[in-house]
Formats: sequence, C-alpha cells, structure tokens
Amino acid sequence: MNFDDTLIFLAGILGGALRIGVPFLFVSLGECLTEKSGRINLGLEGVLVFSAMAAFGASWLSGSVWVGVLAAALCGGLLALLHGLLCSLPRVNDVATGIALMLLGMGLAFYFGKPLIQPQAPQLPAIALGAWSSSSAVRSALQINALLPIGLLLACVMAWVFANTRVGLLVRLVGDSAQAARALGYPVAGVRIAATVVGGMIAGLGGASLTLFYPGSWNEGISSGQGLIAVALVIFARWSPLRCVGAALLFGAAGAMGPALQSIGIGWGYHLFNTLPYVLTLVILVLTCRPGAVIAGSPGELSAR
Amino acid sequence: MTTHFTRRASLKSLAALGAAGTLSGWASLAQAQKPLTIGVIYVGPRDDYGYNQAQAEAVALLKKMPGIKVVEEENVPETAAVQKTMTGMIAQDGASLIFPTSYGYFDPHMLAVAAKFPDARFAHCGGLWTEGKHPKNTGSYFGYIDECQYLNGVIAGHMSKSGKIGFVAAKPIPQVLRNINAFTMGARSVKPGITTSVIFTGDWSMPVKEAEATNSLADQGVDVFTMHVDGPKVIVETAAKRGKMVCGYHASQAKLAPKAYLTGAEWNWLTAYTTFIEAARSGKPHPNFVRGGLKEGFVKMSAYGPAVTEPAKKSADAIKAQMIAGKFDIFKGPLKDNKGNVVVAAGKSFKQTDIELEKMNYLVEGVIGSV
Amino acid sequence: MRSALEDILLPVAAIVAALLLFGLFVMLSGLNPLDVWRLLFMGAFGDAYSWQNTLQRAAPLMLTALCVAIPARAGLVVIGGEGALVLGGLAAAVLAHALPPSVALSSPLAGSVLVCLAAAAAGGLWVMLAGWLRQYRGINETISSLLLAYVAIGLFKHFVEGPLRDPSSLNTPSTYELAEGLRIGVMGASDVHWGLAVGVVACLVAELWLRLTPSGFSVRVVGGNMRAAQLVGLPASRLVLLACLLGGAAAGVAGGIEIAAVHTKANAALIAGYGYAGILVAFMARHSPLAVIPVAILFGGFGAAGSLLQRRLGMPDASVLVLQGLAFVLILASEALRGGAWRTWLRSAHKVAV
Repeated sequence: MNFDDTLIFLAGILGGALRIGVPFLFVSLGECLTEKSGRINLGLEGVLVFSAMAAFGASWLSGSVWVGVLAAALCGGLLALLHGLLCSLPRVNDVATGIALMLLGMGLAFYFGKPLIQPQAPQLPAIALGAWSSSSAVRSALQINALLPIGLLLACVMAWVFANTRVGLLVRLVGDSAQAARALGYPVAGVRIAATVVGGMIAGLGGASLTLFYPGSWNEGISSGQGLIAVALVIFARWSPLRCVGAALLFGAAGAMGPALQSIGIGWGYHLFNTLPYVLTLVILVLTCRPGAVIAGSPGELSAR
Repeated sequence: MTTHFTRRASLKSLAALGAAGTLSGWASLAQAQKPLTIGVIYVGPRDDYGYNQAQAEAVALLKKMPGIKVVEEENVPETAAVQKTMTGMIAQDGASLIFPTSYGYFDPHMLAVAAKFPDARFAHCGGLWTEGKHPKNTGSYFGYIDECQYLNGVIAGHMSKSGKIGFVAAKPIPQVLRNINAFTMGARSVKPGITTSVIFTGDWSMPVKEAEATNSLADQGVDVFTMHVDGPKVIVETAAKRGKMVCGYHASQAKLAPKAYLTGAEWNWLTAYTTFIEAARSGKPHPNFVRGGLKEGFVKMSAYGPAVTEPAKKSADAIKAQMIAGKFDIFKGPLKDNKGNVVVAAGKSFKQTDIELEKMNYLVEGVIGSV
Repeated sequence: MRSALEDILLPVAAIVAALLLFGLFVMLSGLNPLDVWRLLFMGAFGDAYSWQNTLQRAAPLMLTALCVAIPARAGLVVIGGEGALVLGGLAAAVLAHALPPSVALSSPLAGSVLVCLAAAAAGGLWVMLAGWLRQYRGINETISSLLLAYVAIGLFKHFVEGPLRDPSSLNTPSTYELAEGLRIGVMGASDVHWGLAVGVVACLVAELWLRLTPSGFSVRVVGGNMRAAQLVGLPASRLVLLACLLGGAAAGVAGGIEIAAVHTKANAALIAGYGYAGILVAFMARHSPLAVIPVAILFGGFGAAGSLLQRRLGMPDASVLVLQGLAFVLILASEALRGGAWRTWLRSAHKVAV
C-alpha cells in the first residue's frame, strides 16, 4: 500500500471513529454521571433506542432537527426517571431494573417507531473541519456531527463540576458513601434519582446522534449493544469524563475496522472483525480490573452492591 | 380437480353458445367471487424501503382485488415461529394459499407445514423447488433481478467518473453474487477497465455497518453505489450525503435522494402472486417453479433520475429491449473470475433459467473482494 | 405461610396490573382493550392449537432461563445465555456431522443424548468463562457475559458461513444437516417436540439439586453471603464456576435442541433472542427453577398471542415486547411490597422530607 492508500485507510478509520464514537461518548458520559452517584444503569440501551426513535419522530413531525434533539433528551430523561424511581424502592435490584428498562425502552421504541421507518427527517448539520485538505477522504472523515462539540464541552464541564463544585461533590459523596451523605442530612435517593435522570438525558443525545446524523435513519437494528458497551467504557475510563472521550473514539474506531479493511481488499473473517469492539472491551476489562481490589476512582457504593 | 375442469369447460361452452341462462351466469359469477384467504409472512418490517416493502406493495394491490382476503404477519423469525404462523393462518384464519417471503422459511419450515396440510398451497420466494424432492403443494417463485442489476451497471458505467463503482452486500450467497457479477459486467460492457469494490456487512439488516461500508467505499473513490441488503435506505442516504450517485434495489428509493438516484432494480411481485392466485381460484394445479425476468414482468427498472445522460439511457434501453426479446444472455463465455480462473468456457452461454446460475460461487473479473 | 402467599400473589398481581396497563396503552392507539385481552387469551391458551404454539415457544425459554437463574442463586447476574445457546447449537451440529453414521443410527436416543451433551459442554464452558473472569479478574459478570455473547455470535456466524459450511446450502449458509436418527421428534400426536420435556425435567432437577443436595445448598450459601460462605470454608470460587457451568449447559442444550428438533442444521436463524427472553423469565420467576416452568409458559403464551394480535388487529409485533417490558417492570416494583419493607421505607422517606 502506498502513502496515499495508507492515508485514505487511516482517514477512513478516523472518520469512522468520529462518526460511530459520538453515541458512545454521550452514553458513556450519561452512565458516568449515574455511576458516580452510586447507581448502575444497564437500561441505557433502552434509553438510547427510545430517544433515537423520539428524536427522529419529533424532527420529522416538527420539521426542526433541534426539536428532535430536545425530544431525545426529554425521553431519555423520562425513561431514566423510571429507572431511578424503581431503584429507590427497597429490595429492588439495580441490574434487574436496568434490564427491564432496556426491554421496555426497546419495545416502546419499536412500537411507536413503526411509522418512522420510511420517512426522512431533517438531519443535524455537519461541521466541515476538514476543508483545508485536498483529499476527499480526509475531508469526509472530518465532517463532524454538530453534537460532537457539545459532547466534548459536556465532558469538560462534567469533569470541572465533579472536581470543583458543591453539586459535584455531593454526587460523589452520595456515590462513595451513602452513610456519610445521610449523616450530613442529604437525601441520598433524591440525589441519585436526579443524577440518573440527567444521565439519561445525556444518553438521549447519543440516540439523537444516531438517527439524526449517522446513520441518519430510524431502523430497528440501529443499536448494536452500544448502551451496554458504554457501561464497560466507563470502567475503562475509570469514571473520568475526559477519559470517556478517548474511550469513545477508540471504540468507534474498532467498529469502523471491519468495513475499512474490506474496502482495501482484506475480506477474510469480517464476522470476526465485527466483534472487535466487544473483544477490545473484554481485553481492557481484563487488564484494568483486579479481583477483590477496588479500581482506583470507582465510586464506593457501586461495589458494595 | 378434473370435475372442476370439465365443469368450467362446460360452463364456458354454454356461455359461448349464448345460452347464457341465469343459471350459468350465476354459476360463473359465484366461481369468480369464491373468497380466497391468503397468508403473507414477512421476515422484517413491511415498510423498510426494500425487500419486504416490495412484497408488501404487491400485497396491497392484492387486497384491493375482489374476493381476496389477506392476513399478514411481519418480523417472523426463521425458526419454529414461522411454522406456527403458517399453521395459525391455515387453522385459525382459514388461509388456503400461503406466501412465506423470506428465503430461510423454505427448509425445513415450509416443507414441514406443507406436509401437514396437503390441501393448502405454499408459494415460497427465492427457494429452489425440485421435482421429486419437494411436495406438490409447494412451489417457489423468483425474479431474474440480475437483469436489472446489469442495466444498473450499464448506467453506472456511463455515469462513473472515477472508474470505480461500489456494491454493499449482506452475505456472499449465490443470489447476491449473481447481482454483483451482473452489475460489474454491465458496467464493464461500457467501460472495460471499471472495477467494483464489494463490502459484505455480514447480515441482511445492519444500518451502522451499511453506513460505514458506504463511507469506506466513498473514501476509496467509488462514485456510483448499489446494494443487496434488506433495507437500502441507509446506503442510499449515506451515498447521497457524500455527493455520490446510487442505483437502487428491491423497490424505488428515488424519493430518498432525488438528485443522486440514477435508476434502480425493482421487483414486480404482483405478476408472480397473480399466477398463484389464478391457479388456486381456478382449481388448477399449483405452479411449482415460477421464474421470470424483465420479459415476463417479474422485475422492472425504476424511472431514470434527472442526472442520467441521454447516451446512458439509450444504451441501457437498447439492452433492455434485447432482454425483453429474449436475445440477451448475461452469463456467457469466455468469463473469468477475479482470481483468474475460467468460470464459463468460451462458446458456452447460460440462459437465465439455467439452474447452474442459482449455484453461483464466484466473483467475476473486475470485482475487488472475495467470497 | 405469608411469604409463600406473597411469592405467588405479588407476581400474579403484577402481571394483572401489566395487562391492565397494556390495555390502557392500546386504548391510546385507538384499539379496544377488550378485543386485545380476548385475543391475548385466545392466542395463548384458547384452543389446542394455541396451547401447542405456547408450549413450543416455552420449551427453549425454560432452559435459557436456567442460564440466568442458577448463577443468580450463586449471587451472579449472568445475561449472556444467547451466546451459550448459539455455541451449543454449533457444537451439536458439528458433532452430529463428525459422528460416524454407525454410531449415530444404532440408537437414536444415544445419538440425541450425545448431541445434547456436546451442546451442554460448549454452552457450559462459555458461561464458565464469565464466571472465571469474575472470580479471578474481578470483572462484573453481567458485562462480561453479555460481551461474550456478542463474541459467540460473531464466532458462530464466522464458522457457519466459512469453515463449517455445507457447500450445498446455497442461499442460507448452514452446516451439514443432522442425520435422521439424531433429530428430536415430536411428542405423540402433537406438534410439540421433546425439547419441552427436557426443559421441564431440567427445571425440576435444578430445583431439587438446589434444595436437597449439599452442593446445591453450598451454592445458595455463596449466593446469600459470599463472606459467610468463605468463613465457613466453602470453596466459593469453585461453586461459582459450577453454577455458571450448569447454567451455561442449560442454555447450550437449548441451542442443541433447537438444532435437533427444529432447524436440523446450524445457521443464522438460530440467533432468535431466546437467550434474552430467558432473562425475563428468570427474573420474573425470582430465580426459582420450579417457578420458571409456569413463567416460561406464560411468556410462550405472550409470543403466541402476539402472532394472533398481528394477524387479527394489525398491531405491530413490538406490542408483545411492550407487554413483556411492562410485566417485568411491575414485577420488579412488586418486590418492594414484599414483607412490609415498604412500610419502613415510607417512614424513612417521610423523615428525610421533614
């Protein structure tokens, strides 16, 4: 492969990372917030699919893509609220609730989404960061989703809030030790529900990015486990919003590998290449986790489950 | 069945003799109005702008026909569930003609149910009904859509500026390979050096992979796309977003990208459906092996998009006329595959009806990709 | 006594509530809930045909539910049953192909048993891997089992469409077909295959094992309190692995039976979501293998009814998913009502508010 071909190949991977990574980014940021408050939300897959449907439907019906984005955030928050409320009841298992919400979210999305398979909805604008390049591959790789800068900003804001503000400290306190928070008079359940809802709203933006930018269409196969991989991503990023950005890009690139390799003629084993994101997650988990010991940065309440 | 035949014959002769008493008139009217319940089973959603939609569009027309009642079920997986659906349609809904429209329903599912209900008729889409091996109350129908993909290729060959065209496919099975080869050969008949890059996504409906494949191909310089997946919507929209041209498949996706859509290969299943319905209503034996191409009206081409040039249209129309006249063979020798082996010897040519073609396992010269 | 009553009443009440909510839901879509309820019942339990449909669907669910329920009794939440199922199906198809015809046809029962054992081994080892990752690397088994499920599906597709493909399986890449003697037939004059019997027996055996045997008891102790189990000297890790092995074996057998009784060869149609449906069944049955039997039948009924809802009322197939989701959510919420724990909770909630 000469230089040009290599450049095209790499540009393709970068483009794929930027395209596929955006939903990963939002879902992992949402899950990060939820887990920082001490609750695990496995239902984000349902949230992702449901808000993707809502975004597409709202955008199509109203003619404005930003209405769609708003709808996605609201629906994501709503479903997450259900998760938060259920989990705050006694004797209810976090994980089970997450799975229940995953199924309910997907069922509702497919049910209401039936009339949305055909139409086309107004799409999110793209920001052409690659206009400086003469190569069409690089230019298209750098056509980024308008939500991506919002996601990056969100990651920075979250990181700053966790480190420096009272609200962030409260969330971390509730997540590290519910006892301590209660002793200080803070409503643990209330904080967790709030964190779950806001986390759901952020994850909803990921859904909006799926149907309003890439692939830009509503379909029942739109998500392939991204909501669940996000939970692993958060562990990989060791609960730091900034590291979530890097993790999301990495996983996006892994997802783009299969088609990129085929386009340069490496066609063997594309099924195996399609499992690359999942294998990568497993490898990373094997490398970062230790039995018994708590990973640095893990909210205390999570492992006490 | 013989009684029906003679009765019909005698009725016809009575009417022909002009002795059209009220009795004979009423009898033939009653025969035409005998309600027929049809069951249609889809493997995906009906409105996927693709495979299932093409079937559903024909079914929608059937519903308007007098005396026809249709029960449908979507998203039926290729497991025991479809056997239950078929049985339910027959036992609970009174269907006597079933159309299982997905390839994977044939063996063992449809065959198992057909054995249990010898009086019901089953018409399967895409299967390979074989005399002696499969029961007489089953049959299979399919269309030679590779003829349309050939024409897609001709247009693509004319319109491509980069000399690279692309094909996003689900799995490397014979029906798909036949389409890829026809597309390539059509393009090469216009520009001999043109290459087709193929990407296999791995399954019939994977929107993210399809979008990625389209982007990867576009990165490589491909400027005309076509596809063989269940729902072409994502590929059409993604290609259009990249400013590339696209030829559709299964149904017309022109509405999705009016400027980028060149033409498309579409099914015209109504022709096949009415063949089976006529036979069922008139009591004739169930057709077992129904195939057809452009000539028989089983497939059709989409209208040309605004971007298609006049010379391209002329070229494609000329070949289409030849196909309709039955004078054009796509797969004729000498034909080499993309590894250099000869797959069709010089002097040999396959008619569209040749069963050999339904076992295709190679990619022709000019295709970049492997099976 | 009270607890046993709660055990039955609460889930039943939750399901009734789910049906009511579902009726409300369809009313918003312009349909008459009475029609829907009537069709739900008819489609699931209305006539002999419906019953057979329901039982046929319930058969694999019983086994995949065990894949969640047995590890859950050891304190794990394993949701990768789908992966174990497909690998079990693959192993069964491969073994069936590799067995010399003499062995296969001499005794149909022996052949089927061997096929099931191969399936069980493949599924069991796969889920045991998730258990191992938990015990020795500290990785959350929910995430790892799900990731392994995706990897298993990728492996399955790769092998079925590549090295193990039957060249004559043209448009649906599959492995070679099982010999006649290896297939599992239907029970008597019905339409339901013996897989149902295997499922019921597996659930009963699992329940008896958990209640009556020392190893079953040990597994429950580990599930109840890992620390206490270790203090008492139980080999916690090995017991966790055992639970995973048994659960995965059940799911693997489900895959093997699907191949032997329904498909007769392994291909992508095997990946039909039975593993995921099993998760619901297990949670709804509160991880009791005995309760899995009626819950699996209920779920089979939902699926069977969904088919009728589509054909008669034109409802989308996702309606059944919504009903299942509602039922699951309500059953989980009903847990909160158990044992009066909600009274203490209300009191504490009041305290904080004040």
